[in-house]
Amino acid sequence: MSTEAPEQGMGLPPATSALRHKDLLGIDQLSAGEIALVLETAVAMKEIGSRSIKKVPALRGKTVVNLFFEPSTRTRTSFEIAEKRLSADTLSIAIASSSVVKGETLIDTARNLEAMNPDMIVLRHASSGACHLLSRFCRSAIINAGDGMHEHPTQALLDAFTIVERRKRLAGLKVAIIGDLLHSRVLRSNILLLTKMGADVWVCGPPTLIPTDVTRFGVRATSRVDEAVRDADVVMLLRIQLERMEGAFFPSLREYFEVFGMTEARLALARPDVLIMHPGPMNRGVEIASEVADGPRSVILDQVANGVAVRMAVLYLLAGGVEHEEAA
Amino acid sequence: MPVVMDADRIARTLTRIAHEIVERNKGVEDVALVGIRTRGVHLARRLARTLKEITGDDVPTGALDITLYRDDLMRHDVGPQPLVRRTEIPFSIEKRRILLVDDVLYTGRTIRAALDALIDFGRPRAIQLIVLVDRGHRELPIKADYVGKNLPTSPGESVQVRLQETDALDEVVLEPEQEGAA
Repeated sequence: MSTEAPEQGMGLPPATSALRHKDLLGIDQLSAGEIALVLETAVAMKEIGSRSIKKVPALRGKTVVNLFFEPSTRTRTSFEIAEKRLSADTLSIAIASSSVVKGETLIDTARNLEAMNPDMIVLRHASSGACHLLSRFCRSAIINAGDGMHEHPTQALLDAFTIVERRKRLAGLKVAIIGDLLHSRVLRSNILLLTKMGADVWVCGPPTLIPTDVTRFGVRATSRVDEAVRDADVVMLLRIQLERMEGAFFPSLREYFEVFGMTEARLALARPDVLIMHPGPMNRGVEIASEVADGPRSVILDQVANGVAVRMAVLYLLAGGVEHEEAA
Repeated sequence: MPVVMDADRIARTLTRIAHEIVERNKGVEDVALVGIRTRGVHLARRLARTLKEITGDDVPTGALDITLYRDDLMRHDVGPQPLVRRTEIPFSIEKRRILLVDDVLYTGRTIRAALDALIDFGRPRAIQLIVLVDRGHRELPIKADYVGKNLPTSPGESVQVRLQETDALDEVVLEPEQEGAA
C-alpha cells in the first residue's frame, strides 16, 4: 500500500518526534532525525497547497512578524504564504538594507516588536549572527530567513525536500554546488544539511571564491567544473553577485560563463537524470545557461513551490510547546 | 487485559456495518469513505472491500489527518507538536454522502476536528459517522450513525484497537486504569 504512508518512503533516517528548539537559527543546530521530521511534515503541508481551500486553522491566533532588513521577494513571499495557509496573523516589515546594521538598533527594533507580543519573528538580516543575537533577547521563536554570510536554513531544507521528492533519498547522492561559494549562506546551510544526511558533496568555483577551510566541513572542493559535474545526481548553481564581483574575483562575467557556466554540453558528464537547482535569483548566461534553467531536468520552480510547504512545516513545528533544548 | 473484540468479531462487525451502509443509503452510488488516520483509514479500506463484494461497486476511499484541526493544538505548555501526516482525498466530496470512519469514539473532539477538515474540501450532501467502538464520555454533541460495539468504560481506562495493517493482529482491548490515558 504505497499510498498508506508516503512519508515513510522518503529514504531518510528515522524522524524524531519533535523539534526540540525554541528557534530555527541554522541547520547547524538540527540533528539528522530533526531534518527528517521537517521534511516528512512538509509532505503533509504540500498537500494543503493543492486543495481548493488552501488553509488550515493550526496557527490560528498566533502572530508572526516577518522582519526583513535585506531585500527579498521570494523568501518573504514564501514565508507569508506559509503563515497565511496556517491561519497565523502576519505582519511584514521591510527595512531598507543600508539604514540599520548595528546590533544595538536591531535589538531595539526587536524589543519594540516584542512589546506587542508576537509569537514568532522571521528575520532576514545582512549581518551574520543577527538571529542568534535576537534569540537571546526575545521570548518569541526566531526563524532565520538568511543572516549575512552565515546560514539560510529554510532554503537548505526546501532544497533537500526537492531532492528527496525526486530521488527518494539524500544519502549517497553526489551533489555538486557551483558558483560563488565565498559569500553564500545557502552554501553553508546546504553543506551542513547534505553532509548530515550522508550525501557526497562537491563544491566548485574559481579559486578566489572557494573559502580556504571549506573541506573541513566534509566536502570536496575543486575548481575544475568537469570534475564536480561528473556523475552528479544534483547540480546546484549559486548566484554570482554581479554587483559585488566584477573585476575583483575573476576577469569578467563572460569568462566566468566560459569556465563555470552550466550548459547542456557540460551537463553531459552528469547522470542522465541529474537535477538542476538554483536558489534564485538567477543570472542567465552567467552561472547558468537559459537552455539549462528552462530544460527538462531543471527543478528550479519546484524549489520555489516546495519552499512554502517546508516553511509551513518549520512554522508548525516551532509553534508548539516551549520545551527547550538543553543549554547549548 | 480483557479482549473485548477478537479478529472474528471485528470481521463480522465490519460486514454488518457494510450491510447497514447499503441498506441505509439504498446502495453506494454517491457514497465515499473517509478514514481518520491512522486506524480509521484501515477500517475504511476494509469496509470498501466488503462493500465491493456486496454491491460490485468501487467506493472511493480517502484518508484524513485531523492534526492541524485539533482544538488542543498549541495548548500544552510543554511538549512537542503532534505529528502531521498526509491527507489524501483523491475525489470531490461535493454532493457525496461521506462516511467518516474512526476506530474509537470517545470525547467527540476528534470527530469535531474531522468535520471541520472535511468541510474545507467542499460541501458533501451528508456526513455519516462509523466507529468500531463507542466508549462513551462525550464532551460534544456528536453521535455515531454506525457503531461496531458500545463499550461502557470509565474515563481512566484505555481502549486499544489493534489492526493487522499496523499492529500485526486484529483485536480490541480494554486496558485498566493504571495504564494512564491513551
